[in-house]
Amino acid sequence: MIRRSVLCRVLSGTIWILSTVSGFVLSAEPKFNRQISGRFSIESQWYPESAAHPDQRGHATGFVMEPELYLDSMESWSFTFAPFFRYDSADTRRTHADLKEAYLLLFGYVGNDEWELRLGIDRAFWGVAESRHLVNIVNQIDLVEHPYKELKLGQPMARLTWSGNWGMAEIFGLPYHRPRTFPGRTGRLRLPLVVDNDQVSYESAAGQWHLDLAARYSHIFGPFDIGISAFDGTSREPFLLPSTDFLGAPTLAPHYEQIRQFGLDTQLTAGSWLFKLEAIQRLDARDRLGRKVDYSASVIGGEYTFYSALGSNVDISLLGEWNSDGRGQYATNVFQKDLFVAARFALNDVRSTEILASILGDADSTSRVLAFELNRRLSDQWSLNMEAIAFLDIDQADISYEIRRDSFIDLNLIYNF
Amino acid sequence: MLPFFTLCLFILTCLCAEPVFSASPAPEETGLKIARDAHGRDEGFGNFTARQNMVLRNKHGQESRRQLRIKVLEVPEDGNKSLFVFDEPRDVRGTALLIHAHRESADDQWLYLPALKRVKRISSSNRSGSFMGSEFAYEDLTPQAVEKFTYRYLRDEPCGDLICTVSERVPVDRKSGYSRQVVWRDKEELRAWKVEYYDRKDSHLKTLTLGNYEQYLERFWRAAEMTMENHLTGKSTVLTWTDFQFRTDLDDRDFTQTGLRRVR
Repeated sequence: MIRRSVLCRVLSGTIWILSTVSGFVLSAEPKFNRQISGRFSIESQWYPESAAHPDQRGHATGFVMEPELYLDSMESWSFTFAPFFRYDSADTRRTHADLKEAYLLLFGYVGNDEWELRLGIDRAFWGVAESRHLVNIVNQIDLVEHPYKELKLGQPMARLTWSGNWGMAEIFGLPYHRPRTFPGRTGRLRLPLVVDNDQVSYESAAGQWHLDLAARYSHIFGPFDIGISAFDGTSREPFLLPSTDFLGAPTLAPHYEQIRQFGLDTQLTAGSWLFKLEAIQRLDARDRLGRKVDYSASVIGGEYTFYSALGSNVDISLLGEWNSDGRGQYATNVFQKDLFVAARFALNDVRSTEILASILGDADSTSRVLAFELNRRLSDQWSLNMEAIAFLDIDQADISYEIRRDSFIDLNLIYNF
Repeated sequence: MLPFFTLCLFILTCLCAEPVFSASPAPEETGLKIARDAHGRDEGFGNFTARQNMVLRNKHGQESRRQLRIKVLEVPEDGNKSLFVFDEPRDVRGTALLIHAHRESADDQWLYLPALKRVKRISSSNRSGSFMGSEFAYEDLTPQAVEKFTYRYLRDEPCGDLICTVSERVPVDRKSGYSRQVVWRDKEELRAWKVEYYDRKDSHLKTLTLGNYEQYLERFWRAAEMTMENHLTGKSTVLTWTDFQFRTDLDDRDFTQTGLRRVR
């Protein structure tokens, strides 16, 4: 029921934005630019191991539609509309729709400074690291899309950017909270109990309509890119409380609390080296046992690229990142004390073939996550994405223990238009 | 005896060398002068926008296309600022590359990835790598400051209906994929018509042929067609430039990171 009313609100908001924009379009010069683009993809996922939890399927097929409409005029405003729909044969919760983007963009100049205002639904990306996006807090994670890539849901926002020789400052007003998506009963990569998003609760009396605030300042000092950020509002990460569904079966109810987060992200670009650091301090959060904690977490690492390695056309990048979380074994994610090592091969061929092989290993246990990903263009419009992820020797104390049998192979055929 | 001979030899060398030097300058000086002149003739263009269309062909004749838009801003006393926006192939549509080139230090480069809405600062060490799988390397496409090579004048010879001056240039940057390049420029306008690229083993790797020159603002020459042939692989890339527009209203503000996120 809650979700239906949310959908209605999102839809009515969209219609409002559309009508505002069409007003703009009609009142503006008739000469405006329109682009329709997007992608359509067919996906097949295969889980070779038998499921750890009842009802989970071993195979899923589906498709994704991601069209995008873009309008602009006179280089002073633009409107972007990008809905998203996924159908998944195995999991009704992974079958989902989202509005990734639906925003009006206005920009201009004041002296040597530049301003930009985005109103509507958009996505913002903060950070520099590859193994995880620690400081990146504005948008909610669309967890059913991928277990650890941290793909994002659209977020209603008013975002003002002001930049000049002194750097770039951004402030966000985030009037609405999107709950994280979770797999359903028949889906893989889940906890023994299903998370019921019809039972979302909030610490704030305003519920999901609490106005969250976020800000970031960034600047370039020669080879250094430095960003500092702050967030005050509803946590994007839920604490999961035991509950029962309407049939009396045990389930998990997500509870979102008010937190504050301060973040730092920085990169040093020196020749073929990239050195990266992301760190956060989060206040009023919870640990795995549900205790209130203030904690800090960081990811530090680097990337070195051998361009045109061994006289060939291939670029080989080696990546290493060390993740740590002040909550230690009580951290609510896998990155409590973990080393990420990866190699990326960019073949620089006509088909832009790219291979990424990585391993994420826990320093205190045997747990390892192996990943292999291949991207290749098949023609000017078709491309292929293949991914294999293996969970190896997952320790019983590890937070990924419940998905230990969910190693999978994923094949994606994409049509770009 | 030996010091006497050495002295004689030294005096002889000086006597012989002296008039030669004053009569015609060293080939290194001539080469540098030609490069400076050619560069000087292109100064003051301000800015321009254009479209690039690439056809990549392998030795079996199979073709693949690239389409991009480019904006370039001249920065006095430093390297240019340029912005590449990809339109085709479709999977990289909307991807944009921002380059702030520098005369003395390493260039600054940022890549915008529209799928993640992420601006990534990237290394500029990738000089010799292929641009979009084509036969053009990054260093072939980015404008090169005079200081980034040493020069040597070789000879004059006819090239088509024109007389060309032929010079060799050696990249200073050790990350360059080339040991040397040989450039043919016509003596009248100093437009490049042909460049031969020699790899680090000094074998003849590629040849660039330029053509369909047009003059803009009654001063600046631009080749509309550039063909790069790779002699080792038999592959080639034809780069066609269209829609040149000079001195548009571009300025510094069109080459910022904030602007990069807005690029379409």
